[in-house]
Amino acid sequence: MSNFIHSVSLNVSKCKGCTSCLRRCPTEAIRIKDGHAVIDSERCIDCGECIRACPHKAKKAVCNPFEKINEFKYKVAMPAPTLYGQFNNLDDIDFCLQGLLDIGFDDVYEVSYAAEFISGYTRLFLKKENVKKPVISSACPVVVRLINLRYPSLCDNIMPIIPPMELAAIFARQRAKKKHPELKDEDIGICFISPCPGKSSYVVNDELGKKENVDVVLAMNDIYFRLLAVMKGERTPRPLSKSGLLGIGWAVSGGESSALLSDKYLAADGLENVIQVLEEIDNGKLPELDFVELNACNSGCVGGILTVENPYIAKAKMQSLRKYLPVSGAHPDGDIPDDAYFENTNNFKPIQQFSDNMQESMKLMSEIQTVCSTLPEIDCGSCGAPTCLAFAEDVVLKGADINNCIINMKDYLLQKLEEKKDESYDS
Amino acid sequence: MSKAINFHYVVDGDDFTSAGEASVDIKRKLRQLGVDPAIIRRVSIAMYEGEVNMVIHAEGGTVDVNVYEDKIEMILSDEGPGIANVELAMKAGFSTAPDYVRSLGFGAGMGLPNMKSYTDDMKIDTKIGVGTTITMVVNLK
Repeated sequence: MSNFIHSVSLNVSKCKGCTSCLRRCPTEAIRIKDGHAVIDSERCIDCGECIRACPHKAKKAVCNPFEKINEFKYKVAMPAPTLYGQFNNLDDIDFCLQGLLDIGFDDVYEVSYAAEFISGYTRLFLKKENVKKPVISSACPVVVRLINLRYPSLCDNIMPIIPPMELAAIFARQRAKKKHPELKDEDIGICFISPCPGKSSYVVNDELGKKENVDVVLAMNDIYFRLLAVMKGERTPRPLSKSGLLGIGWAVSGGESSALLSDKYLAADGLENVIQVLEEIDNGKLPELDFVELNACNSGCVGGILTVENPYIAKAKMQSLRKYLPVSGAHPDGDIPDDAYFENTNNFKPIQQFSDNMQESMKLMSEIQTVCSTLPEIDCGSCGAPTCLAFAEDVVLKGADINNCIINMKDYLLQKLEEKKDESYDS
Repeated sequence: MSKAINFHYVVDGDDFTSAGEASVDIKRKLRQLGVDPAIIRRVSIAMYEGEVNMVIHAEGGTVDVNVYEDKIEMILSDEGPGIANVELAMKAGFSTAPDYVRSLGFGAGMGLPNMKSYTDDMKIDTKIGVGTTITMVVNLK
């Protein structure tokens, strides 16, 4: 876990150590040290909340530069359906796909089309025996990582079927080889156009436990501006899009669930809501549900940090785009293929446990309680930790200096000052 | 043997929606201590039921969780009306919750039976007009 490569990076020279990101981090992964933020790699889930919160633009999502596509002879663009919601007055997805060809790709493969296969597989999977319900969607990598780190008892609820992006990559590669048998594997570059850094880390870390099928992850906002330059609508695009409205719907929270054609589902978006729902599942308090769709970003992928448009506006645009589409373009038949399964290897260590030895943990806990009782409990963040409790934990577990609490320090200094005054009166 | 660790919570009686905050917090603490997830779940469910009971019937109260090396003890105390017939209250489906509470989806008469079934030991100490103290124990070994 410690060698996990993250896709959220910090520009130290821009960071003022202002604590804006500190309290927004859902896993308390950030501390302010020596005047700037430090991200704890073991706790970070690449949700991008700190990028949103940073007023100094010091945090950035890391993707591949566009030029990386030139390392491949045959470049396939794989747009997430969220891309279609970014444009004004787009009435035909083909304009967008044609645009991708115009900016230098040799082929396009829609992730939404593969999503329709995944929806079909999910419907089959839910009917299988011995499936632990509710089944939790594996589509949002941030949610999967959050569960692995914080809800070990729910790991088995994660659907062991690969996300649409991955299946699209398999299909796209197969199609490339069919069209051009002369191409070698390394000649083909599968380039995913991503709405978020979470998907980027998913790819660079080979999260399936095997080599990913995606080669390049491009930031949606970068591709958007390149597309604007070529999407003038001057000529009729080639008919390229094959997706139906079910596949396109995956871009918005609730879309994946509604494609299951069942009403025993729950769809939640935004990390705060996601965490609440996971707590409820963990407590067995939810009504009987077959499926739970969780998206870390507000409104789903349209709320991703690498998008251009406001999520609600993007959502409205996608609704009008979907109006004239068939229900589904893909019609998967037969059972779920073997290569659509993955094993959630879960080599994540639960982040919260103090020590492997309970006696030791209890000793540490009691020290933390003692330290915490001396703190002001105002969670101001000035010490560099998000809350007084987190600071107490840092003091006991990581040797943080208790004098970093400036509230207590102020009282201490005032007291010293009084003592000095008294002394001078006495003399 | 090291001393028990105590976690003290005040359950606010005014607000239904906040019932359960203590049981969420205790989960985090028990995870930090490395308690088995299955046990954490039992503690949390039993405590949640107890919290809801205190909000419905007693305008809130306090919860003290004592973690020992071999057991977890939960003491829920309130100054509510007391339980008139403990035997009846322990019956699945029996409830004295008012209608508006039921309309919110609570008051199904499963609170006390659930608390008993998720714990290894439960004692009810109640006095009409004075209050109720429920002590539950979940063994760690």
